[in-house]
Amino acid sequence: MRPDPLRSKAVLSDLAGPDAPVARRSFLRLGAALTGSLALGSKPAMADPAQESPPADAPWSQSIGAGVVDRPYGRPADTEASVIRRNVPWLTASAESSVSFSPLQDLHGIITPNGLFFERHHAGRPDIDPAQHKLMIHGLVERPLLLTMKDILRFPSISRIHFIECPANGGMNWRAAQMNSLQFSHGMVSCAEWTGVRLSTLLEEVGVKKEAKWAMVEGADGAHMNRSLPLDKCLDDCLVVYAQNGEALRPEQGYPLRLVVPGWEGNVNIKWLRRIKLGDKPWHSREETSKYTDLMPDGTSRGFTWLIDAKSVVTFPCPEKPLDGPGLYEIRGLAWTGNGKVRRVDVSMDGGVNWQTARLHEPVLSKALTKFTLPWRWDGRPALVASRVIDEAGYVQPTIAELRKQRGSNSVYHNNSIQTWQVKSDGSVFNVQLA
Amino acid sequence: MYSSRKICLPLVAILLAAASLAGAAEPGSFGYGRVASPAQIAGWDIDVRGEDGAGLPPGKGTVDRGADVYAEQCAACHGTFGEGEGRFPKLVGGVGSLRDERPELTVGSYWPFAPTLWDYINRAMPMAAPHTLSADDVYALTAYILSLNDLVPHDFVADRNSLPKVKMRNRDNFIWTDPRPDTIAKPCMNACVNAADVRISSTAEGRDLTPRTTGPLDTMQPK
Repeated sequence: MRPDPLRSKAVLSDLAGPDAPVARRSFLRLGAALTGSLALGSKPAMADPAQESPPADAPWSQSIGAGVVDRPYGRPADTEASVIRRNVPWLTASAESSVSFSPLQDLHGIITPNGLFFERHHAGRPDIDPAQHKLMIHGLVERPLLLTMKDILRFPSISRIHFIECPANGGMNWRAAQMNSLQFSHGMVSCAEWTGVRLSTLLEEVGVKKEAKWAMVEGADGAHMNRSLPLDKCLDDCLVVYAQNGEALRPEQGYPLRLVVPGWEGNVNIKWLRRIKLGDKPWHSREETSKYTDLMPDGTSRGFTWLIDAKSVVTFPCPEKPLDGPGLYEIRGLAWTGNGKVRRVDVSMDGGVNWQTARLHEPVLSKALTKFTLPWRWDGRPALVASRVIDEAGYVQPTIAELRKQRGSNSVYHNNSIQTWQVKSDGSVFNVQLA
Repeated sequence: MYSSRKICLPLVAILLAAASLAGAAEPGSFGYGRVASPAQIAGWDIDVRGEDGAGLPPGKGTVDRGADVYAEQCAACHGTFGEGEGRFPKLVGGVGSLRDERPELTVGSYWPFAPTLWDYINRAMPMAAPHTLSADDVYALTAYILSLNDLVPHDFVADRNSLPKVKMRNRDNFIWTDPRPDTIAKPCMNACVNAADVRISSTAEGRDLTPRTTGPLDTMQPK
């Protein structure tokens, strides 16, 4: 018989501790989400009759709770303390030029909460006074401008939901399956509703000279991070944003102003945006020559590989969320593509021998995370669970073997291969690659 | 009434269309912000283009002067001879390694344009106090790092004219147009591969690479 995790205060405080047993934690979450399914799929555990009889009042049902503005800016429940961004200390020389990963294993929708959005800094997170922050737009323009945050807020506003993914997401798995974790293998993607002004509106306001073909975009951080972007993309769908999921940008996401370049690799979405300069040629900055270029097996390198190709991953089950005995489960996952919308996601339980088409959940938005699910009755035997996305351009997510055949394993970036999770008969889940 | 409305609506539509056209075409139609003055632009305009060095400022620096500045500002992270400390980037070496199992991407082996080095040092280095070095010192550092990589002779003087002429080893090995999609797969649904051929080639199980120091995830380690 399973212990009822909600039975006593002692168990509850045990759960809240950092070393709480995983099985019980995951049972708590799964229990909440899958009560019905489990009841259908397996014999329900015999319950204590006293616990079955309503009213089953817990202490919080027989006392008065905290008042409004007890927490003027709300925060997650204390028992969600493990739902945090994490980094890989051995990966980078310092935390200031590094990455953190979003806990995809604990997220349930297509929107990443602002405090959990992955981070990539090149010179740490600056804490900027918005009253002093300005955006300069100059170069091959008719009327160079210096805009304050107040000025930018006056322009017609627009909100769009878009993912941002670091092209190095999955980079640690180019050579082999290395990280036994969804968070560390796929957590450098997040998605938010961004609000700001179209870059095209700002460029019309300054007047683009006809010789202009490129834009150099630059941040106000210590790295003065800069990238070149073709003018066509700037005029197409780029946004200069000041808000994220309805509130001001978080400092680690570029407060007070960042660029959003929908569907393109994370580092061109310049944070702490302070300058846009139009020119007739690209700049070939360090971050688009020495870094963010893809080294091929023949020694040549690809530059300006901005597009995020279609990618998907099963978020349940995953190494952090093992299965809890045979029965009916809902396989869950996320898919996304820089080409536009996700058209279809297929799921395999046998390492790619057979596939079934999953259900896509609305909204299915262009260049945004898309949720998919598929019911699965697990018989308790070992399984190899994987997902494969097809986007509206007809592009099919490749296997790691297909990618390596084209690009070898030194290219670091743009690993959008199919992720396979090995499910063992005890329900544990491991990151594997197939030959 | 009816007839006047019939006349008015198209008129309004035409006026609105004219207004929005004007809005799209005319710079300054919103009129927000201030036109940036030449002095303001000069203060902000720090970028240098890699290919032709456009934007390089006046000034110059020698290899010897660069060695002094390097020892003081750079060696702690990048090593006395550019060999890199810890995981901080190596600045030298790796020439001829780009096709190896473990390629080394450095200024000498990988960077395509010398002016990019000036631009990056100027905008982002030293890491704890970026954009604080003089133009002359950035020229000197650029000269020194190029010299460490045997890309320039010891008497090289870096300035706005000499840097764009430095021939970088990997200059011609970049393809600047994206060749993707480079995989084409058909989404097969049934019996796509022989079940007997499905084989795990690599597993993260037992590799001990997943961080154990960041909370409850620790207990997710292989059983």
